Amino acid sequence: MTFDVARIRADFPILEREVNGHPLVYLDSANTSQKPRQVLEAMRAHQERHNGNVSRSVHTLGTEATSAYEDARAKIAAFVGAASADEIVFTKNSTEAINLVAYVSAEFLSLGPGDEIVISEMEHHSNIVPWQLLCQRTGATLRWFGVTDDGRLDESTLTDLINERTKFVSLVHMSNILGTINDVSRIVARTHEVGALILLDCSQSVPHLPISVADLGVDFIAFTGHKMLGPTGIGALWGRAELLAAMPPFLGGGSMIETVTMAKTTFAPPPARFEAGTPPITEAIGLGAAVDYLSALDMRAVHEHEQEITAYALKTLADLPGVRVFGPGTAEGRGGTVSFDVAGVHPHDVGQILDDLGVEVRVGHHCARPVCARFGVAAMTRASFYLYTTTDEIDALARGIEQVRKVFA
Amino acid sequence: MIDQLYQEIILDHYKHPHGRGLRAPFEGEAHHVNPTCGDEVTLRVAMAGSTISDISYDGLGCSISQASASVLHELLQGRSAAEAFAVHEAFVALMQGRGQVEPDEEVLGDGVAFAGVARYPARVKCALLPWMAFKDAAVRAGVGVSPEVTA
Repeated sequence: MTFDVARIRADFPILEREVNGHPLVYLDSANTSQKPRQVLEAMRAHQERHNGNVSRSVHTLGTEATSAYEDARAKIAAFVGAASADEIVFTKNSTEAINLVAYVSAEFLSLGPGDEIVISEMEHHSNIVPWQLLCQRTGATLRWFGVTDDGRLDESTLTDLINERTKFVSLVHMSNILGTINDVSRIVARTHEVGALILLDCSQSVPHLPISVADLGVDFIAFTGHKMLGPTGIGALWGRAELLAAMPPFLGGGSMIETVTMAKTTFAPPPARFEAGTPPITEAIGLGAAVDYLSALDMRAVHEHEQEITAYALKTLADLPGVRVFGPGTAEGRGGTVSFDVAGVHPHDVGQILDDLGVEVRVGHHCARPVCARFGVAAMTRASFYLYTTTDEIDALARGIEQVRKVFA
Repeated sequence: MIDQLYQEIILDHYKHPHGRGLRAPFEGEAHHVNPTCGDEVTLRVAMAGSTISDISYDGLGCSISQASASVLHELLQGRSAAEAFAVHEAFVALMQGRGQVEPDEEVLGDGVAFAGVARYPARVKCALLPWMAFKDAAVRAGVGVSPEVTA
């Protein structure tokens, strides 16, 4: 089956609208993706026909809701190659998934002064701040990989950075700002050699690449629903079953308990242990439908399409005078997220003029301020692509950038 | 529509800023950051009696925030504290007016060019960044908002 972009676009109602009198050119999928009709309909059908609370009702609606919620978990587990559905913990988003692991690590890994946590300069703030907080609480030391001039992880310091004091490593799989896809095989091997654990922030990779947690060899991954055709408010933590089973709870409340007395509580096994309170049920079902949609297309085909779009965009941008692309200059080892600078024009102004032409890009520091600092800029303009992006849209971006240069000439 | 935002006056102030650069001596300084975009401005206020003898500034940011600092310098330098705060109040009212406030050129000078910015809620903070920094710097210089302005 060939990858039919026109047919895919017909599934996304929002792509029919206009912005400021121009057809919408949505180039901000790394921020949040658009949602196909199939996801919107699954959520609506659930609310209209099957709404009940999960895991606590004997009635029919509660049973249907529980079954749909757990089916979604199983689909998502299969989508990332998890050994079992019980290895998927539903969270609000990637941020909550990372915070969960960082928070419980204090006790789980008995962290204290002398212990080290390793991250990188390429991280989203959501994979920096939770670890800073953990280090403040425990006295552990935070260390990080640098980024090379061409926007890749600098692994030259690997054996020094990850050593016998290292207890946890948390790295981004695909950068939300540079587009770099990190091959983490050497880092994973070194992490396990010293007896530490590793989490991969897959917020930008699970939506765009075929992912198998078994092949990655990591201990945890975090990802979020709204960047992969699903709704906001739902994300997931995948963790190895034996690790989740040994971890203490994060939030306390209903659903996560085994027995509660006034004096003490025993906790449910994972994943329930980490899902206190009524979860975002409709959103989980929506994410299940999103996974169905992506699986039917085949993630290899999605990735291949985005590689073509990315190569086209890199070439188009390289041909524009005054435009400098950050990160890897070819589609090799990078995804469809391209950040750039237009000489002499602040990204806010670039984004504003593009918006006037219906072209929606993100501007600013992209919640990755250290990356901007690394490249000596306060902000960047970012165009990001997905399965519905066309080369015509890249051409519209290029015309928009010409207009930016005219206004600021 | 976009022309109302990027008026020639704003682009001129952006490309050729007035009074840019930090100078000493000064009585009060403030550094303000827009956390959502990383724009920043450092602004200093120097006083001679009750007159603002110099407003010097440096910053990083979009055309709107940087042009706004230049216009602020031009409008408030050499004014009495009371006059400066009256202009300040008029500029803030214009920015927060959602495009419904008719600016008075007598009071706001080149600041009237920012009327179009008020129609872009995401950019209002850009225009206000140096003005908020000015307010803090003035307070630190001991010339806080005068009673008749706060009333």
